[in-house]
Amino acid sequence: MAAAPKRVPLPAILLANDLLDGDVVFAVAGANGQLIWTRDPALALVASDDPAAESLEAFAAAELAGNRVVDAYLVDVTMETGQPVPRHFRERFKTLGPSNRPDLGKQAGDGISAGQRA
Amino acid sequence: MYRYDEFDERFVRERVAQFRDQVSRRLDGSITEDEFKPLRLKNGVYLQLHAYMLRIAIPYGTLSSKQLRQLALIGERYDRGYGHFTTRQNLQFNWPKLRDVPEILDLLADVEMHCIQTSGNCIRNVTADHFAGVAQDEIEDPRPTAELIRQWSSLHPEFDYLPRKFKIAVTGAEHDRAVIKAHDIGLRLRRHPDTHEISYEVSVGGGLGRTPMIGKVVRDYLPKDDLLAFLEAIMRVYNLEGRRDNKYKARVKILVHEIGVEEFRRRVEEEFARLDGPSVNADPAEVARIAAYFKAPDYEVLPATSRVLEATKAANLGFARWVEVNTIPHKAPGYAALTISLKPVGEAPGDATSDQMRLVADLAEQYSQAEIRVTHAQNLVLPYVRQRDLFAIWQRLGEAGLASANIGLITDIISCPGLDYCALATARSIPIAQAIQHRFADDNRQKTIGELNIKISGCINACGHHHVGHIGILGLEKRGIESYQITLGGDATENAAIGEILGPGLAAEDVPDAIERIVNVYLSERTEGESFIENVRRIGLAPFKAAFQEVAHAVA
Repeated sequence: MAAAPKRVPLPAILLANDLLDGDVVFAVAGANGQLIWTRDPALALVASDDPAAESLEAFAAAELAGNRVVDAYLVDVTMETGQPVPRHFRERFKTLGPSNRPDLGKQAGDGISAGQRA
Repeated sequence: MYRYDEFDERFVRERVAQFRDQVSRRLDGSITEDEFKPLRLKNGVYLQLHAYMLRIAIPYGTLSSKQLRQLALIGERYDRGYGHFTTRQNLQFNWPKLRDVPEILDLLADVEMHCIQTSGNCIRNVTADHFAGVAQDEIEDPRPTAELIRQWSSLHPEFDYLPRKFKIAVTGAEHDRAVIKAHDIGLRLRRHPDTHEISYEVSVGGGLGRTPMIGKVVRDYLPKDDLLAFLEAIMRVYNLEGRRDNKYKARVKILVHEIGVEEFRRRVEEEFARLDGPSVNADPAEVARIAAYFKAPDYEVLPATSRVLEATKAANLGFARWVEVNTIPHKAPGYAALTISLKPVGEAPGDATSDQMRLVADLAEQYSQAEIRVTHAQNLVLPYVRQRDLFAIWQRLGEAGLASANIGLITDIISCPGLDYCALATARSIPIAQAIQHRFADDNRQKTIGELNIKISGCINACGHHHVGHIGILGLEKRGIESYQITLGGDATENAAIGEILGPGLAAEDVPDAIERIVNVYLSERTEGESFIENVRRIGLAPFKAAFQEVAHAVA
């Protein structure tokens, strides 16, 4: 049996691209505690322990299978002023948008003010 | 320009309908992402960092005003008001929604365009010299050849699942502006010294990426009539013997390298001899039909040099400079081929807004037979401009921020989208290009330095052609930060060469300093009239390495 893929160090958040429009989305706890998607990286649920990370992984698998998102994976983060920031620069750009175009992407509020829930 | 016949039209429309059905089946869950991915890629749809990306084929970089206006409309209606012209003469939109892609494909089909074979392991969009049909050094227009190959390779059933992607470029000129030596197949139209017949020099196994190679000649003079059979022979040898076990060794360049060009040539010639040539080669009537679409326009009879142009140049130095840098002599007296720079200092190389696209479409319609070319260096060309109209064009381009006089100069940088957009990238490219542009923004300084090609890729796949840049920059990740490796001495022309690495990778903020040191070596070492690349070839890498090391050590 193949070894389970190594999980990123914690704390971590779950991100993906929305299947329909490609937007980057983040897992967040909904009103009833169940996981849902948000387009606002500041709201992403931060998993700090194994059970929380497993819950995000299970949600990712279900949502991939349910054809609601693509390319879902956990991203290790640090907390900066109370918000999760990816440790790796690649994912930092993914939560912001093109660095040469501050008028585009999440850094410009794309899709966030219009409706925070995916 | 080539116009679709009924078959082309039906074929593209059917393909849109097919993809619309595939998208709806993906959205209703009938097919999985694993099943859908190869289907969307075959229609030019990638998933990038922030969104989907749609790559639109612009065969051999030739566009009509109508087509460019439609691209502007799509950019405005379905994207963020801009598009990115690529090093394969295509256009990419960075923000389309998957649900909108079938609508976009319909709009493209309305103007005889599509996204077929802009991705996947097939024969990709064929590229060509952007000055096709107008350059003075041209022996024959390469576009009829490129169009013939496009038709032959479109959904060719035998070559739809190749070991890896396959890129073909064609030039008909002495000076190679199509980078043919860095393509899987490079074709050069040339005259046979004895018979004077126009034929093809066929090179195979060029390519950039993680294993850069310069193409090797497998046939010096291929009769034009035999083109498709010979290409088919090459494709068969590759399709059968190219590696499928390792995607990093699957390109034809690796096969040519592993078995040697002599053996590769022998196998191709053997296959070529076995093929029933007449059944594969194009019907001469069809070749003539295609060629007729590329007939030169009815040029006005004009003096070789326009007096109006000379007078406006004398009265306006900025305009004179732009004419000197951005136009080339034309086959037809009194005309010029004009390159519109998409490299204004501080903008993303190759990006154009919808408004800018519309302006260029209007200018082409008014002044250039409604035709535009996309260059592999990510600029646009108006190929048929009367010299006397240049001033009016310059004024209107200036109002839209498109009158940079920098073609071929240090700020005319090729850059892939890099990590600002691309999911494969390991580092950013665009901000590096912008920083270098700012450092060398002064027009006089650029003029003093002269021709210098900087090419930047944000990963080893080398979409930014860094290996063949006079100065190449490759963005990598090193210990969790972006790191830039600099190469020197690459050349994308008929003197094709792969650049050599100067030293350890640099942090982004140190790159402009390093470039400046390299340029300063050239300025102090050059002889009268010697260009940057000629200087590098003459004095070798050592002086440049020494200057580079000063920056590398200072930051180490």
